[in-house]
Amino acid sequence: MKRVAVLIEMKDGKVKPACLGAISAAHDSDAELFALVFKGTAAASLETLQAHGIDRVIEITSQDGPIQWNADHWARAGIQALQYYNIKTLLGLASVQGKNLLSRIAALLEAPLVMDCTAVNLSEHTAVKSQFSGRAVAEFKTRGEYHLYGMRPNALSAVPSPGKAILEMFQAVLEKSKLRVLEVQQGLSDRVDLTEADIIISGGRGMENSDNFDILFECARPMSAAVGASRVAVDAGWVSHTMQVGQTGKTVSPKVYIACGISGSVQHFAGMKTAGIIMAINLDPDAAIMHKCDYAVCANLFDIIPALTRKLKEITG
Amino acid sequence: MCVKHVPDTAATIRIGTDDCIDENITFIMNPYDENAVEEAVRLKKQTIDADVIAVTLGKGTAEATLRSAMAMGADRAILVKSKSSHDSISTARALCAAIQRDGDPDIVFTGKESVDNEGFQTMFHLAACLDVPVVSNAVKFAMTDTTIRVTCEMEAGDLEHIEMETPCVIGAGKDLNQPSYPKLPDILKARKKPLTEIELSDLGIATPASRVEMIKIESIKEERYPEIIDGTADEIADTIVHVLREKAKVLDG
Ligand SMILES: Cc1cc2nc3c(=O)[nH]c(=O)nc-3n(C[C@H](O)[C@H](O)[C@H](O)COP(=O)(O)OP(=O)(O)OC[C@H]3O[C@@H](n4cnc5c(N)ncnc54)[C@H](O)[C@@H]3O)c2cc1C
Ligand SMILES: Nc1ncnc2c1ncn2[C@@H]1O[C@H](COP(=O)(O)O)[C@@H](O)[C@H]1O
Repeated sequence: MKRVAVLIEMKDGKVKPACLGAISAAHDSDAELFALVFKGTAAASLETLQAHGIDRVIEITSQDGPIQWNADHWARAGIQALQYYNIKTLLGLASVQGKNLLSRIAALLEAPLVMDCTAVNLSEHTAVKSQFSGRAVAEFKTRGEYHLYGMRPNALSAVPSPGKAILEMFQAVLEKSKLRVLEVQQGLSDRVDLTEADIIISGGRGMENSDNFDILFECARPMSAAVGASRVAVDAGWVSHTMQVGQTGKTVSPKVYIACGISGSVQHFAGMKTAGIIMAINLDPDAAIMHKCDYAVCANLFDIIPALTRKLKEITG
Repeated sequence: MCVKHVPDTAATIRIGTDDCIDENITFIMNPYDENAVEEAVRLKKQTIDADVIAVTLGKGTAEATLRSAMAMGADRAILVKSKSSHDSISTARALCAAIQRDGDPDIVFTGKESVDNEGFQTMFHLAACLDVPVVSNAVKFAMTDTTIRVTCEMEAGDLEHIEMETPCVIGAGKDLNQPSYPKLPDILKARKKPLTEIELSDLGIATPASRVEMIKIESIKEERYPEIIDGTADEIADTIVHVLREKAKVLDG
């Protein structure tokens, strides 16, 4: 039987929800589904993974025990596991970590990899992704021994497919890496990561200053949303550039994108046009975004956001 | 460093009948490659005896991007000419061959991604061809002797501090530096700097066994039909909550 593996990412001791979406991309291929996990996370992830159709969970370790984070080591160990189990198709997330690992695996195997796919067909070896910053969509075919795909987080939703998975250990043999990871410095961990959030609420020039962004953070909390920004807000120094959505910022596909005081430039759209629902709150009924969204609110964001925050707090308690 | 000639992000991309884009639009240097050039030029200013070379694989028109790199301070440039488009495996093989033919570099800077096809892969393939370590999305860079310390950005603002030896490949992120835009005298000087042209076919690169092939491309039509939400602030907030809960099903409560 054909074998397909999914590279699993963990966050706060749980399988990232976006990974479950990536697993669902492999469902209709009637292949045996492997999940590759690292660093002693197999036990914690087993239940979730088998509930979503994984047949075998492979925990990758090395001769020295659990492998500490080092992209080069993880990639090399992952390749050894693929070779040992004779797996030729690998799926992962096009998240920061996923891009890092998949690209390294592809380079070391000289294997074809399509990054940031919104759909894949594992029997035809084809994948769909956007091109030219979202202004075109293209279909690619991978040719070669291996087939690697990085799925855009949230492009596919998780589909439950309960079953039983076997847990196995795989011990890789690693040499000293040419990369030395000295330290990983944590960012602001209480905030939801943009690329994986279900809801994003973003502010642009209309926010006027840095302090006003607090009303977006306050509104985001009760609905577990991430806060994004336009380049104008970032360049003005109101918020960190890690929050920028768009051509030169992050590309996101949340279920809902709420743009507050953002005009909807081509470059901003490049980063969020694949959102499920786009909602715009803007004073100007003729702003570009007001014609390219699903729900247009022509009003002052300083009236709407506090009212919305109040309602959300009422229902979430 | 490797620089790529890409369509301007503000340009309207039209897809022609042959699945090629209409090239009657402005092309620019890939934005992150500007950071790569800037960092290489800065390093030269610190270490004096560095030779900064801009390399590209592209059509003859990509010369413009190489001239911009030289206006920003690169000493010379190499243009590997090819009319066809390439996936990251064959791009990396071509860049690697051109680089190695020129000499052994200590550091190869690239951008962290190219904005036209967002592959995020070329630098990793290039590093594998050169058999050297690689990092991408570098936001801080420092070099002592042959040891390099870089800080790379990860998820949710997490930072990773990495050490490696030269030779190596580094993918420049946007925050690595602030590219300085060349002044007229620099632009004029860049016209006289040496540019070597090589035909891709002269590099004698074997066809890779694997590849990514584009089989179809089409423009996206923006099809959204806005529904207007109006009323008092409270009414609007109620409607938004309703959409979140009933239409998008993203609220638990
Ligand atoms: C190469 C390049 C790359 C770029 N990359 C990016 C990118 O990655 N991301 C990005 O966002 N931009 C990017 N840009 C910039 C982009 O072109 C726009 O300048 C930018 O997106 C505009 O930001 P904005 O919508 O916040 O500001 P504006 O265009 O000024 O819009 C502000 C909007 O707020 C509304 N408003 C004001 N006050 C209120 C209020 N109280 N209530 C409600 N609405 C209000 C106004 O009606 C207006 O529509 C890039 C540009 C270039 C050239
Ligand atoms: N044709 C090319 N010529 C020169 N450099 C390139 C080319 N394609 C990609 N690169 C480099 O590789 C980086 C990553 O590109 P990509 O893998 O396409 O996202 C870019 O920022 C460039 O520095």
